[in-house]
Amino acid sequence: MTSALILHPGLVLIGGALLLPFLRGTARSAAVLAIPALALISLWLLPEGELWRIAWLDYELTPLAVDKLARLFASIFALMALIGGLFALRQENRLEVPAAYVYAGSAIGVTLAGDLISVFVFWELMAVGSTLVIWSAGTPAAWAASRRYVAVHLAGGMILFAGITGHILATGELGFTAMETDSVAHWLILAGFLINAGAPPLSAWLPDAYPEASWSGTVFLSAFTTKTAVYVLLRGFPGTEILIWLGLFMIFYGIVYALLENDMRRILAYSIVNQVGFMLVGIGIGTEMALNGAAAHAFTHIIYKALLLMSAGAVLAATGRRKCSELGGLFHSMPFTTLCGTIGALAISSFPLTSGFVSKSMVTQAAIDGHLQSVWLLLAAASAGVFLHAGIKFPWFVFFQRDSGLRPPDPPASLRWAMGLFAFLCIAIGVWPQPLYALLPYPVDYAPYTAAHVITQLQLLLFSGLAFFVMLDALKRTPTITLDVDWLWRVAGPAIARSAHEIWQEARARLAEASAARAAAVGALLARHRQPGGLLLRSWPSGGMALWVMVMLLANLLFYYLG
Amino acid sequence: MSLSAQLPALQVVLPLLSAPLAVLLRRGWLAFAVVTAAAWAAFAIAIGLWLQVDALPSNGVISYHIGSWAPPWGIEYRIDRLTSFVLVLVSGMAALVLPYSRASIAREIPQESHYLFYAMLGLCLAGLLGITITGDAFNVFVFLEISSLSAYVLIALGRDRRALAASYRYLIMGSIGATFIVIGIGFLYLMTGTLNLADMAARIGAIESSRPVLAALAFLTVGISLKLALFPLHQWLPNAYTYAPSAVTAFLAATATKVSVYVLIRFYFSVFGDSLVFHKLPLPQLMLWLSLLALFAASFIAIFQDNLKRLFAYSSVGQIGYITLGLSFDSVNGLTASIVHLFNHGIAKAAIFLLIGALVVGIARPGAAPPAPTFDRLAGLARRMPLTSFGIVIAGLSLIGVPGTAGFISKWYLVLAALEKGQLWLVGAILLSSLLAVAYVWRFVEAAYFQAPPPGRELKREAPLSLLIPAWVLVLASVWFGLDTSLTLGSAVEVAEGLVRHRP
Repeated sequence: MTSALILHPGLVLIGGALLLPFLRGTARSAAVLAIPALALISLWLLPEGELWRIAWLDYELTPLAVDKLARLFASIFALMALIGGLFALRQENRLEVPAAYVYAGSAIGVTLAGDLISVFVFWELMAVGSTLVIWSAGTPAAWAASRRYVAVHLAGGMILFAGITGHILATGELGFTAMETDSVAHWLILAGFLINAGAPPLSAWLPDAYPEASWSGTVFLSAFTTKTAVYVLLRGFPGTEILIWLGLFMIFYGIVYALLENDMRRILAYSIVNQVGFMLVGIGIGTEMALNGAAAHAFTHIIYKALLLMSAGAVLAATGRRKCSELGGLFHSMPFTTLCGTIGALAISSFPLTSGFVSKSMVTQAAIDGHLQSVWLLLAAASAGVFLHAGIKFPWFVFFQRDSGLRPPDPPASLRWAMGLFAFLCIAIGVWPQPLYALLPYPVDYAPYTAAHVITQLQLLLFSGLAFFVMLDALKRTPTITLDVDWLWRVAGPAIARSAHEIWQEARARLAEASAARAAAVGALLARHRQPGGLLLRSWPSGGMALWVMVMLLANLLFYYLG
Repeated sequence: MSLSAQLPALQVVLPLLSAPLAVLLRRGWLAFAVVTAAAWAAFAIAIGLWLQVDALPSNGVISYHIGSWAPPWGIEYRIDRLTSFVLVLVSGMAALVLPYSRASIAREIPQESHYLFYAMLGLCLAGLLGITITGDAFNVFVFLEISSLSAYVLIALGRDRRALAASYRYLIMGSIGATFIVIGIGFLYLMTGTLNLADMAARIGAIESSRPVLAALAFLTVGISLKLALFPLHQWLPNAYTYAPSAVTAFLAATATKVSVYVLIRFYFSVFGDSLVFHKLPLPQLMLWLSLLALFAASFIAIFQDNLKRLFAYSSVGQIGYITLGLSFDSVNGLTASIVHLFNHGIAKAAIFLLIGALVVGIARPGAAPPAPTFDRLAGLARRMPLTSFGIVIAGLSLIGVPGTAGFISKWYLVLAALEKGQLWLVGAILLSSLLAVAYVWRFVEAAYFQAPPPGRELKREAPLSLLIPAWVLVLASVWFGLDTSLTLGSAVEVAEGLVRHRP
């Protein structure tokens, strides 16, 4: 430690979260806002470099190491915690915000970790925090979802742990630096990271779990897990080609399922997978421009996705409904929420003058610069698809379309402030991208607002918008459910287990005669020896013990004399 | 001479004097005050000695001549890093268990025997410290007898009538073990003409393959294995631990077997020289297989126990298997694992037995004597005694070796040592045996957390703080030493390198 004044921003959040349960009323509200603000300030007071060194076993851990990339992600995480905390001020459940702060703090911990062990520790803590956030929704569906969620993440954590152990044993190096996919250990690490990013084949945990959290919980969930995964991929595996194809898969997977989906928050959850796909493509391309683009896109994505989910959360809190087919016409009574939701929708569609435009175009530009025409083409097509599912579909079905007759008022001030601040940021970054570009890890030599960029994007948006209204009837959602890979473990798994059970029953019936006697004998043996005097519970008499002593002595003597 | 030069003698003398003083004073609380003061003084002295060893150059030794008679004729106290490490563990345990014992024995031992309890605990402490600190073979035997005899009395103080039988069996076995040890020492004296361990080590090289020396090694191995409860010589241990008063169980589990391990390390590595023990004889293989047997058999038996105390007593036998397994590797990593586990298991197991002592207070009917902690009485305990239950779970995690607890560190080094030898199947065996530990710890978790409490027992009734604080100090220690390993691992590596280094 170089100076006593250095605070670990992640630990500030986690420590603050542990303090929150003891506070009530105004003090609690003040603390909810002050803790992430303090984390943000302490983050910006940190100089660059490895700040903490801790000896553990034979290794030196560096749980606090700062560079531009780490500071960028840690900043947006802390900012997200602050605005999310503001949004959740009226949340009645007292567990959710502390859990979310532990979650956010450990996400910051991952970004500031300079070695793989610290990464792993915070990674697991993040899984715990996020599970608690889902769990605190308190519904049976949330409870079931949180269990599936934690199972996926524990499995991912184990894969990651195995990879990290292999890496350390093979190289003796702890440092978290760029790796090649040249050994099993590194593949395992990559797999562990990708599971958190929502990459196939396990993408389904994300839309399965996130929409089950409370109206404010989903806002937190959308920000940290996947973007932390983007961060570790940026740092650990830049330029790994497979990420391009995984990313493209995720982009289209997200679009298709989001178009089919009826639940408004599930639409947005699928669109997280889709957006993380863009970031993965950027990481996979691996040029400085692409990496900058991925980092910038993660930054802006957190803001507009949180904004979208806040508007959805406000609707959910006001109406208690979450299906598109049951909503509509809310702009009459919730004009402010409608405005914010629309700004978020425009940003996610990369409308010029919004934050999405200045970040996503960097990734597409990198694809052009790298002469990856097919990738560029697919990205362009996907941009249109994003506009369809998130840019128009979400606001149209929730706030406009036919009037559902619902007239809930705009949400209370704390929610409006949170949405307003993020809506402002969406526009501000879109209009003045330079401050964001200055934060990026590499120097930026890119002007988003050239005539060609703007016109291409506008054309794309206009035609896909046109397509939406032409095909509106086909897109009208009916109350359906959409099958996804999670069907495998939610339905198929149990079904297989049941049929396996039946087969087992049959086999057992057949085997019964052969094995029953033997099994019964083992059972009886155990039972017999569990009685007083049995082998398992016996108290040995002195004579028997002395006999063993003699046996041991003789054995030792024999071995020594002959040995 | 200044006081600091006399610390080695005071280390033993103070607890030794406190015992007769406690008997003379007779009053329970006076005896308590005297012995506790002696134990705290011993702890302070152990820390003082630690600092003195720290100030010496690496592998330095403090040599103290009793009565200023120079060794090898006079009795020498020798303190090196390992000695000092064990001294801190033993005296620290006494310093924690004694404050605990006052409230604990009030319910478990008749009022009129309290002074005896304190006197015997003081004596036992003196004996254990003496074994550790002395550099004289016969002195080892004498202190061994002091600690053993007082341990028999302590166990017999348990209010269960089976305690008497357990103590009697332990007495027989302990006496056989002590006899074996003294026979072994006798042989060595005969062959080398000296009782000073350092001197003996210097002279034994020339005659190490002679039959009497081999016989001495066999007698010492079996005798010490008996005292440290190496499988299958462990049979005295489960009953002794189960029926002894809680404070006694905790103290003995954390110290008595550990000091025996220390004696074994001393004889194997310092006296006989590892070329004889580890290269010319099949002793490592023998020890490896016995350790594996201990790991699996004892842990397996533990799963089926109905009495929580007996369950953890068997778990102790299994955990000692890890310690001897580390020894059998004859490598720096293996020995490091043994020494660290000696410490880590000591604190975790002491924490568990102290908490069980608190637990029996909680499940007792008001005014009645504490019952045995059988599983049918533990249903829903977590609601009744949340702190006690949670503490047992955390210490249990350390027994399993979950990362973040002290137990993980020792297992990690065991695994490293096994990998070093290229024996992957041993890694598998170590991990598999941890699963058995998961099973027996889970039995407690299931009973305490997942079973509904019987009617009339739903109310929260936590044990008094005087029981919980010492226990939780140890619980937190077993987490602390899983995170900050500079003290345990740092000194263990230094010791192991020193002991294994002088290899031709």
